[in-house]
Amino acid sequence: MELQIADSLLIQNYINGDERALETLIRRHNQRLSSFIYSKVNDREITEDIFQDTFIKVIRTLKKGRYNEEGKFLPWVMRIAHNLIIDHFRKNRRLPYFEGSNTFDIFSIIHDEKLNIEKQLIKEQIDEDLVLLIEELPKDQRDVLVMRMYKDMSFKEISENTGVSINTALGRMRYALINLRKIIEDNNIVLTN
Amino acid sequence: MGKFYVEDKNKIKKVEAKKETIDFLLNYSKSLKIDKINGVAYESNLN
Repeated sequence: MELQIADSLLIQNYINGDERALETLIRRHNQRLSSFIYSKVNDREITEDIFQDTFIKVIRTLKKGRYNEEGKFLPWVMRIAHNLIIDHFRKNRRLPYFEGSNTFDIFSIIHDEKLNIEKQLIKEQIDEDLVLLIEELPKDQRDVLVMRMYKDMSFKEISENTGVSINTALGRMRYALINLRKIIEDNNIVLTN
Repeated sequence: MGKFYVEDKNKIKKVEAKKETIDFLLNYSKSLKIDKINGVAYESNLN
């Protein structure tokens, strides 16, 4: 029957400078740890990476003398691997990957909020036409509409600026809109996007 | 957390890390030097 040196003794030997002790530890727990990682990530390359990162942490901790023998070596190593597996999944969740198929178009659920070039041109044309229509309004109505719609002033500010009451400003705005609609209808103008 | 682990151990596929990975770790360990100066650990890699 072959005698197996305890993990704790191997760790002590390694801390004291015996590099072969580390090799024994890695080979002893290789299959158990690799299989554990693989069972979670289901990918050989990722398993290899996590296995490597796990032992790099083990090596650094042991060499820094920060390992305490309270727990067993293997559960400690498994815990490190477990945390690295979680990190791996977190990292992947931050970078979701979507792909369309014959039955699913990814652009059916994601949109570009900006107008396309055609709609942008139409919008610019409408804005220009609207400016020309506003020019047709009587001056008092035009001033109120411009201050409200283009300068974003409140009716109180418009009232103070034009020297009329708020009610008069509201009335001028109302007539400005009525007259604008009338001009549009009379001239069969279509403003749409 | 419990659900994270596979209950049936027979379902776990047995895999092992490659020889190159183990060699890398052994070389990394040999080249890693840690000096403690005034309680602060300084790492250096002699590779």
